[in-house]
Amino acid sequence: MAAPLGTGALTEGTGQEKQDTQEKEKPIPPERAEEAKLKAKYPNLGQKPGGSDFLMKRLQKGQKYFDSGDYNMAKAKVKNKQLPSAGPDKNLVTGDHIPTPQDLPQRKSSLVTSKLAG
Amino acid sequence: FLGAGGGNDIQWCFSQVKGAVDDDVAEADIISTVEFNHSGELLATGDKGGRVVIFQQEQENKTQSHSRGEYNVYSTFQSHEPEFDYLKSLEIEEKINKIRWLPQKNAAQFLLSTNDKTIKLWKISERDKRPEGYNLKEEDGRYRDPTTVTTLRVPVFRPMDLMVEASPRRIFANAHTYHINSISINSDYETYLSADDLRINLWHLEITDRSFNIVDIKPANMEELTEVITAAEFHPNSCSTFVYSSSKGTIRLCDMRESALCDRHSKLFEEPEDPSNRSFFSEIISSISDVKFSHSGRYMMTRDYLSVKIWDLNMENRPVETYQVHEYLRSKLCSLYENDCIFDKFECCWNGLDRQVEFSELHIVMTGSYNNFFRMFDRNTKRDITLEASRENNKPRTVLKPRKVCASGKRKKDEISVDSLDFNKKILHTAWHPKENIIAVATTNNLYIFQDKMN
Repeated sequence: MAAPLGTGALTEGTGQEKQDTQEKEKPIPPERAEEAKLKAKYPNLGQKPGGSDFLMKRLQKGQKYFDSGDYNMAKAKVKNKQLPSAGPDKNLVTGDHIPTPQDLPQRKSSLVTSKLAG
Repeated sequence: FLGAGGGNDIQWCFSQVKGAVDDDVAEADIISTVEFNHSGELLATGDKGGRVVIFQQEQENKTQSHSRGEYNVYSTFQSHEPEFDYLKSLEIEEKINKIRWLPQKNAAQFLLSTNDKTIKLWKISERDKRPEGYNLKEEDGRYRDPTTVTTLRVPVFRPMDLMVEASPRRIFANAHTYHINSISINSDYETYLSADDLRINLWHLEITDRSFNIVDIKPANMEELTEVITAAEFHPNSCSTFVYSSSKGTIRLCDMRESALCDRHSKLFEEPEDPSNRSFFSEIISSISDVKFSHSGRYMMTRDYLSVKIWDLNMENRPVETYQVHEYLRSKLCSLYENDCIFDKFECCWNGLDRQVEFSELHIVMTGSYNNFFRMFDRNTKRDITLEASRENNKPRTVLKPRKVCASGKRKKDEISVDSLDFNKKILHTAWHPKENIIAVATTNNLYIFQDKMN
């Protein structure tokens, strides 16, 4: 939401942005101009502004999916061959790929003292 | 500007910088919280690697009256470790989200530190003497053969080199399904609250196996989720009052005397929005990333993406003051959304109590920005200043030069244009000494300490 300026608080060049937008016919609020830019780049962006998508993503932080059934089936099928290994980005385990313990990034606690204490 | 000279303006000078110089920052070294204790003698930092480092201010040197004591490492320990919740397939980060100090009651110091799921009470104590002269034990700890003892002596305490030990005294676990964003100690000094995205729990500092849920905003159907809790804090004086902020820019004040579950707020602070200005970004940038009461409890300050707002607890319908931190970013929201910077959570803080002025209301607020800039706003003079935390400015007792960002148009000399700002250099965490004009400013992996130039 556009916050009204407090009494006498200095701002930095707000007056300028309105003239900087592409359309010069009428002044478009900078936020709307930015929104138009975003929608132009990503036409499929959800209708709900802000909203649940971000919140759900926020709540699901840390979720790592592992299906032991898939894993064991894959192991059984390829028992004589190498398991399909992770792609170039070892940190991203995608849906098509069966995650193996080797693929998941190692979670080790820091054994090193913080550099702030150095 | 503040610091432009004259009167009571503070002139900030570089004092110290802690941390590695190299640009290649290890993730574990990213500072995630900074907090002074109640006397200001101790300064704690937490990082993404789950470590806590505590600095102690050295006693003022009577001969060097032109500078206050420096902060040196006092204690460091591993507070939290990474965990994996196998039942939920959930990786739990060791990152320290918040540290809160308890007021000192005895020789030891206590602090609460929390990651996403578990809060720990740490005791930091000093040991400067050790017992010597046992009858049945050698000095190295080996037991003596009792038959060889012919005389008895009384063991005595002898001085030893100071050792500072940190030990976990309480572990408050398994009370949060979602990620803890705040902890706040009650003014009764017996209880504290912890808040995650959807719930707030009340704990007693002595009791780890029970926690009371006091706020629950989880909808019956998660599809209907529209809002999460972003921060929470107890009122500094009223032990039954607390506030929590939301991702929609609202703050709710609750009174625990009203009911066991404070789902119905006593007060709702919300600034009305101009519907014609609404955009895709409106809700995201209105999300409150921090809320802090003033020491009197009369006011509270909130930080959203672009501004700091001061609220009078007696007025719910709008803030009494709004300060623009970096309004020039409003026309960059598209790229800030694409690089995720729009989700950065900046904190804010009040100045310390002015010990010269009794009953002074807090009048300066400080918050961080990008390019390692941080901002201060003086509520009395309505002046503001932008300063930079950089190793290039590290001449002690030289006043920091104010910075200016040029939003558009012709850039003056010494100004920096918006497009040249480094958005990877963010100052999210700052802290102000409770009693003196000393501030701690955390860049990504360095901690800067600035002091005002004493005359």
